[in-house]
Amino acid sequence: MNELSDKIRYWNPYVGGTLLGVLLFLSFFLTSHGLGASGGVNRIAVAVQDIVVPEHVDKSPYLAQMAGGDMDPLRHWIVLEVVGVLLGGFTSGMLRGRVRLQTYHGPQITPHTRWAFAFAGGILMGYGARLARGCTSGQALSGGAVLSVGSWAFMFAVFAGGYGLAWFVRRLWQPGA
Amino acid sequence: MAPFDLVALLGVTGSYLVYLGIGFGFGFILESSGFGDSRKLAAQFYFRELRVLKVMFTAIVVAMLLVFWASALGLLDYDEIMVKETWLWPGIVGGLIMGVGFILGGYCPGTSLVSVATLKVDGMFFLLGHVVGVLAFGESVGYINEFWNSSYMGRFILPELLGLDTGVVVLLVVCLALVMFLGFGWIQRIIYGRGDPE
Repeated sequence: MNELSDKIRYWNPYVGGTLLGVLLFLSFFLTSHGLGASGGVNRIAVAVQDIVVPEHVDKSPYLAQMAGGDMDPLRHWIVLEVVGVLLGGFTSGMLRGRVRLQTYHGPQITPHTRWAFAFAGGILMGYGARLARGCTSGQALSGGAVLSVGSWAFMFAVFAGGYGLAWFVRRLWQPGA
Repeated sequence: MAPFDLVALLGVTGSYLVYLGIGFGFGFILESSGFGDSRKLAAQFYFRELRVLKVMFTAIVVAMLLVFWASALGLLDYDEIMVKETWLWPGIVGGLIMGVGFILGGYCPGTSLVSVATLKVDGMFFLLGHVVGVLAFGESVGYINEFWNSSYMGRFILPELLGLDTGVVVLLVVCLALVMFLGFGWIQRIIYGRGDPE
């Protein structure tokens, strides 16, 4: 898919942002908490762990609070939300003809290089999100909108980490030398 | 008054449908805004496209204004909504690690989900890595428990930190967003001689 046709069909970012803000408000209004993503992935991963090595899960206090004994880590709002995100993303992509098997990568690297960095970045993201007790959705967006001090500190840390390293890895994303 | 006890109101299944619906909207908006494309997300860190900043800060400002207007009007009890509690240093260190993960991996957890939903292979590798990362955390948290539970400040909000009225802080956040939109746009024009591509 060429870049031009993508751009035409993506929403104006201020429109997307406004709708996202209304949705986030509705989430607080209806359910008392904001949006989330990484926590749901975490619970799904722990659910698999609970099937494969249940004794191990029961012995680890951190895992046991989600999946110890008879507890089902999937019985939690954030898991439903993650399923909804997948369905919503799929629907939006289908309507705009963007559901297709492909790899997005910078112009200077191959898909295989991109896969390796995506995997490595994902590991850091998963670890960091648990350490910070939330991701860009749960902490920065949701905590930021209700003025949590920790969420604002977190948000600036994410930007600092990204911007701090961006120049050194520009070959991954930028065109030209 | 909101927020509601969804389970008491709609039952377990009903509450699940609400969360499924909220998630659906979330995924739909992320994908429609271009966030299923790692190149557009990473472009933020080179000032080539400022979609991430624009979407995120517009959303924060809109949600914040609605939350505080609704509570000023007595429709929503701010004390009852879940404000993320602060563990300052774990949050900052985790955030730094995630920033590094973001620029290397091209996604954050939520955006990787819509990328996977639209069959992007880089998103699949990212999500696989994310799973490995959370499992690694679960296995290692015992060794870093002290740090993970350090600098706990409870439900701590900016008006308390700054000693200002909530209304003033809300106004400051709106100003910060505007300054960031203008400032980042200004840097973008210096580097590329243009604004965001339409």
